[in-house]
Amino acid sequence: MSTPLLSVENLSVAYKEAERYARVTHDVSFSVEPGEVVALVGESGSGKTTTAQAVIGLLPENGRIEHGAIRLNGEDIAHWTGKRFDAIRGRQISLIPQDPTSSLNPVKTIGAQVGEILRIHGERDGKAIAARVIELLARVGLSDPELRARQYPHELSGGMKQRVLIAIAIALKPQLIIADEPTSALDVTVQRRILDLIDELRRDTGTAVLLVTHDLGVAADRADRIVVLQGGRIQETGAARQLLAAPQSAYARQLLADAPSLSAGTRAARSPYPAAVIPASEDAILVENLVHDFQIDGRKNFRAVDDISFAVRRGTTHAIVGESGSGKTTTVRDVVGFGRPTSGRISIAGTDIASLKGDALRQFRQKIQLVYQNPFSSLDPRQTVFSIVEEPLRNFGRLDAAARADKVNALLERVGLPEALRQRRPRALSGGQRQRVAIARALVLDPEVVVLDEAVSALDVTVQAQILKLLDELQRERGLTYLFVSHDLAVVRQISDTVSVLQNGRQVETGPVAEVFRNPQSPYTRELIDAIPGQRSHANV
Amino acid sequence: MTSIGSTDILVSKPRNAAGNPLLQRLRGVSPSLVLAWGIIALVVLFAVAPSLFTSFNPVQGVPAEKLKAPSLIHILGTDALGRDLFARIVYGAVHSLTGAFVAVLVGLVVGTTLGLFAGAVGGLVEEAVMRVVDVLLSIPGLLLMLSIIILLGFGTVNAAIAVGITSVAGFARLSRSEVVRVRRSEYVEAAFGSGGTFLSVLWRHVLPNSLTSVLALAALQFGGAILAISTLGFLGYGAPPPTPEWGLLIAEGRNYISTAWWLTTAPGLVVVLVVLSANRISQALGKVGR
Repeated sequence: MSTPLLSVENLSVAYKEAERYARVTHDVSFSVEPGEVVALVGESGSGKTTTAQAVIGLLPENGRIEHGAIRLNGEDIAHWTGKRFDAIRGRQISLIPQDPTSSLNPVKTIGAQVGEILRIHGERDGKAIAARVIELLARVGLSDPELRARQYPHELSGGMKQRVLIAIAIALKPQLIIADEPTSALDVTVQRRILDLIDELRRDTGTAVLLVTHDLGVAADRADRIVVLQGGRIQETGAARQLLAAPQSAYARQLLADAPSLSAGTRAARSPYPAAVIPASEDAILVENLVHDFQIDGRKNFRAVDDISFAVRRGTTHAIVGESGSGKTTTVRDVVGFGRPTSGRISIAGTDIASLKGDALRQFRQKIQLVYQNPFSSLDPRQTVFSIVEEPLRNFGRLDAAARADKVNALLERVGLPEALRQRRPRALSGGQRQRVAIARALVLDPEVVVLDEAVSALDVTVQAQILKLLDELQRERGLTYLFVSHDLAVVRQISDTVSVLQNGRQVETGPVAEVFRNPQSPYTRELIDAIPGQRSHANV
Repeated sequence: MTSIGSTDILVSKPRNAAGNPLLQRLRGVSPSLVLAWGIIALVVLFAVAPSLFTSFNPVQGVPAEKLKAPSLIHILGTDALGRDLFARIVYGAVHSLTGAFVAVLVGLVVGTTLGLFAGAVGGLVEEAVMRVVDVLLSIPGLLLMLSIIILLGFGTVNAAIAVGITSVAGFARLSRSEVVRVRRSEYVEAAFGSGGTFLSVLWRHVLPNSLTSVLALAALQFGGAILAISTLGFLGYGAPPPTPEWGLLIAEGRNYISTAWWLTTAPGLVVVLVVLSANRISQALGKVGR
């Protein structure tokens, strides 16, 4: 048997915290053959990024390899110093980082940054470097590479920046590329194009790829083999197709069930809520011809939302889907009364919110509540869980202290937060727990409408599935109306009854979810549906 | 192929296994910070219970004992009227500390309130308040203090108020910048969204989350205020003689600097130590905030 390109053997990495070393990966072993794509899949905290960092010798300062070996072409590089690593980084192993916006130097041109890797590895001829840079930028599919080379990172979109980083990674034709969540920060359609590009480059040059991702759908589409990690331990390793068809470990089975993109095909779509029996007059949300302009430089108008109309019947869920810049956030801010639309009508439970000001607007907020995308920034770090949830009741002077406490405790119980957590501050909670607190805060006033602005996007798939389940139960119990904003069509399919698809501020499609999925009318919706990861493997499984 | 990790060692051994957690915690504290807190605590004790530290009267002189060099009886010597210098420093602490405390309180309360409202209301109010603050900042501190004292009249409290007013501008600027940062955060918007009124959100969310660096500045200003009050005392704008205020002690000792060096040196060193300690504590507070 030939030696694999990369073989990781019993790797254990520990981080130093308060004078002690705490182990985060335990005896992780896997190998990557030349030209193969291996995906490391797991939730946050599973040790997948730590493993990838160890392979390229970029562990944080407080991390160290406790034991185990990392063999690159048979040579153990686990205990190499930084200097020795410099010689192989870029040439033999390279990295595509996670966040394209913070991974490029804002004060240097794209050309200079791509040229730097050539210069570091010994190229001295300026003209040759410039020519090679243009060639690389063209290779990764950037239009007008001469222009791009002269531009600065802020002049490029997120997807273009990720292409630049890929150009840097492939510059010296390395044998192994480590792609650490290369597309998590990007919109779905851009994500697909970037993954296609990595695939294509791999086929052309025979480079192996170690793909780190939390999205089993992405792994299913792109990887030859999948390594599933949980809590720093390997749960399962196997060929992608085999693992997806018949997962052996309980955790892999759960991941597979929780991934919305993979389960959508197998699980029956959301059972329709008796929307049909509710008369149209019972619309909880009515938006008509909504237009929202922003003034730029005091004069120029930018139309963020252009003539959007939809109606949501009480007790149902309406989803607003679109990529960043599509106007979905502006729309929901107008709906909850934080923004003032330029024209159009918004009516919530029969109240026209444009007419509301001052205290009337404050009283109106009891009817509609917003849950934010990021549960880390939407909770006051100085409040306890209990006081966060109690605050809306105090604002409206409802109930006395004892009755308030009963209500808050009952609700916290309902959203699944154990009693022990009630006096904690948000810092001491996990992302999923924080989002449960935010949901409890939104529900404590018994609103009629809850707006969920990307409320599950920041969560791991397993937690995401739990929160979606909770939202569904709460809707049925309380007859809530949801306005669900998301870029993720797979999730939308799971929770929504109706959907509006936005593109550049315009509504390109609206209708019942099942119909939109089965028979999309606009090419953009078609593209969005095709971009959902995890579909290729489905055809095969 | 399926491989599953098997070892169950969660935590590896720390390198030097010091058993006592208290000792470990103490090791993390910097000695200079402990010293700084010690000095401030001692000076506060001077102010609270001066008779514990000295049996001499700080105001009544003994003519026969005048201008004695430091000795076992008078550990810091005596002044021209035969008063024990150590006793005067101990009894003077209460004047310097209350002065500094009042000054910081005035600056903190007035400045933070101005900054809080400027940052939270925004628009014209913010512009107006911040331009007034700019004007305050453009006047040299000492000149501003002297002008205010001339308007209010001499005395310890008036000197303290004058020092406080000069620090209003700094507090207002810092608290406004913090408030602007916090106001934009999602939890503040969420608080409005759940029906909070302007004042309740300001009080429950914006103020507590903006205060950390403001408190660090307050500790820094405490040192500065002691220095400023001593300056005013030295120039004769503070407490009148025979009050043993530290600045006044230095001023009185100045006349005898060639024959009795201890009269200026000792109170001067005390002022320096207290100011440095306040700065060190402020630095630590700022770090905690970050």
